[in-house]
Amino acid sequence: MLDASDFAAIWLTLKLATLVTLLLLLFGTPLAWWLARTRSRAKRVVGALVALPLVLPPTVIGFYLLLAMGPNGPLGHLTGALGLGTLAFTFTGLVIASVFYSLPFVVQPLQNAFEAIGERPLEVAATLRAGPWDTFWSVVVPLARPGFVTGAILGFAHTIGEFGVVLMIGGNIPDKTRVVSTQIYDHVEAMEYAQAHWLAGGMLVFSFVVLLTLYTLYPQSMRGTQR
Amino acid sequence: MTPISLACRIDRGAFSLDVDLALPGRGVTALFGHSGSGKTTLLRVLAGLERVPGARVALGDEVWQDDARKVFVPTHERGIGYVFQEASLFPHLSVRANLEFGRKRLKPAERRFDLLAVAELLGIDRLLDASTATLSGGERQRAAIARTLLASPRLLLMDEPLAALDMRRKLEILPYLERLQDELALPVVYVSHAADEVARLADYLVVLEEGRVLASGPLAATLARLDLAANFQDDAGVMIETHLQAHDADGLSHLAFSGGVLLVGRRGVAIDTRVRCRIHARDVSLALERPRGSSITNILPARVDAVGPGGTPGQVLVRLLVGDTALLARITERSRRELAIAPGSAVWAQVKAVALLA
Repeated sequence: MLDASDFAAIWLTLKLATLVTLLLLLFGTPLAWWLARTRSRAKRVVGALVALPLVLPPTVIGFYLLLAMGPNGPLGHLTGALGLGTLAFTFTGLVIASVFYSLPFVVQPLQNAFEAIGERPLEVAATLRAGPWDTFWSVVVPLARPGFVTGAILGFAHTIGEFGVVLMIGGNIPDKTRVVSTQIYDHVEAMEYAQAHWLAGGMLVFSFVVLLTLYTLYPQSMRGTQR
Repeated sequence: MTPISLACRIDRGAFSLDVDLALPGRGVTALFGHSGSGKTTLLRVLAGLERVPGARVALGDEVWQDDARKVFVPTHERGIGYVFQEASLFPHLSVRANLEFGRKRLKPAERRFDLLAVAELLGIDRLLDASTATLSGGERQRAAIARTLLASPRLLLMDEPLAALDMRRKLEILPYLERLQDELALPVVYVSHAADEVARLADYLVVLEEGRVLASGPLAATLARLDLAANFQDDAGVMIETHLQAHDADGLSHLAFSGGVLLVGRRGVAIDTRVRCRIHARDVSLALERPRGSSITNILPARVDAVGPGGTPGQVLVRLLVGDTALLARITERSRRELAIAPGSAVWAQVKAVALLA
C-alpha cells in the first residue's frame, strides 16, 4: 500500500496542479483573448511560442528554465535582486516551470472558444449598453464556458502528468518538489513495484476518468487542443 | 428631435464611400441601395461599431465622433439601439433574460418601456420563458427588436432586419414595425435594398450608389424622381398618402388624395384613416383619350411632366402629374413615339393595381 511519502507526493501534486491551473486561467485568459482578437503580425510568433511545449521534449524546457532561474539567468537576477534567492529546486520554481509547460493546454482551448464567439455577440452587447468589461463577464465568459472547462481540465491533468520538467527544475526533493510522477520513478528504481503499481494505476484511472468526463461534457474537445 | 449628421470617407480601392448627410431626427429614414452601396457601413459608423478615420458623427449637438478633436463616444455610451440582419439573440440566455439585457443596465428612471408591454406589442409575450433555440426566425427577430427597444434607445438603427426572413415572416413583422412608429415616436434609420419595404415604412429616403449619395429627401418626392427611378428597377413607382373617404356598397373603398380619388377593394379600415398607397410604374399605362369599355377602375386625367430612360432597353419612364401628385408610368419607347408623349401632353393614366401599404 501507500506510505507517508506517497501521500506527501500526491498532496504536493494536487497542490501544484491546482495552483498552476489557477495561474494559467488568470494569465492565459488575456493571452488567449489577445490571440483570438488581434490582427497584429506578432500573433503568429506568440502563437508559436505558446505552442512550443506541445512539441519540445520537457527536458529542453526544463533545461532552459533551469538556466534562466539560475544565479546568472535573467529570472535568477530578478529573484536575487528581490532577495528571494534562486527558484531552481523550490516549489515556486516548479510552479513557474509548470505554468510554461502547460500553457498551450489552457490557452489554445480558450483561444478557440473566443474565436468561435465571433464579433457579433460583442457588438450586440455594446448596442445594449454593456461596456467591454461588462460584456466580457456577461457574454464572453458564459459563451466560452466549454473553453474554460476544457482548458482547466487539460491544464490540471497535464500538470499532474509532467515528469521531465519536474526532474530538471524540481530535483525530486521530498515534500518540496517530489510529485507523483517522480515518486513512481523512485519506487521503480528501488524495485518497489507494488507501491509503483498503486500510484501508477491511480494516475491511469484518474487520467482516464478526467478525459472521459471532459469528452462527455464537451464532445467537441475531442478534436484536441490543436486547431 | 435634433437632426443626425454623418460625414464619412473611405477609400479602400474596390470599395469607396464619400458621404456627407444630414438626416431628420424624427420618423423613419431609409438608407436605400444595392449591396456594396455602403449603406450598412454608414449605419455601423453611426453606431460606433466601425471607426472610420476622419468620420464626423453627431446627434444634434452631441458629437459622437470627431477625430480632429479626438472625440469618439463608444457604442455602449451612445444610447442607440441596433437591430442586426440576423436576430443574434444570446444563446446562453432565455428570451426574457435577452429582453432584460439592455434594460437592466439602465437606471430605473431611464427605462421608457415596460417589458410586458413591449413583448405584447411584438407578439412574443407568451414566449418569454422559452429557450431562444425553440423560436422561429420571425419570433427571433421580433425578440431582438423588443430587446433593442427595452434598452430605451434615443435612436433606433435597423440593418435590413427583414432580409434574412422569407416573405411570410416579413409580412408577419412589418405590421409590428409600423406599430412601433405609430406608438413609440422613436427616430429610426432603416437600411434596406427592398424598395417596397422602404415605401411602406420610411418617411425620408436616402438613395446610395457605390458609396455616393444619389438623393436625399422626403420619401414621396424622392420615389417620384425620374432620375432615380432606374435604381429601383422593376420596383420603380410612387407612394401616395391618401385618406379613406367612403365605402361603397359593392365592395370598393374611396381613397382621396390631392389629385383625385382612387378606388380599391374594400378594406376593414375606418373612414378618415390615413392610408399609404403604392403605385408601381409597371402598373400604369397611358392613353390619349379617355378609354371606354375598359375594365380598369382607376383612370385618372394627367399631364406629362417629364420622360426619362426606363432602365431596360426599349422602355421609358414617364412622370405624370395628377393634380399636384406625381405618378410614374413605364411604357415602351415605341408607344411613347406613336402617342407622341412629351412634357406637357395631356393623357389618361390607367392604374392597374394599387397596393395599400397600411
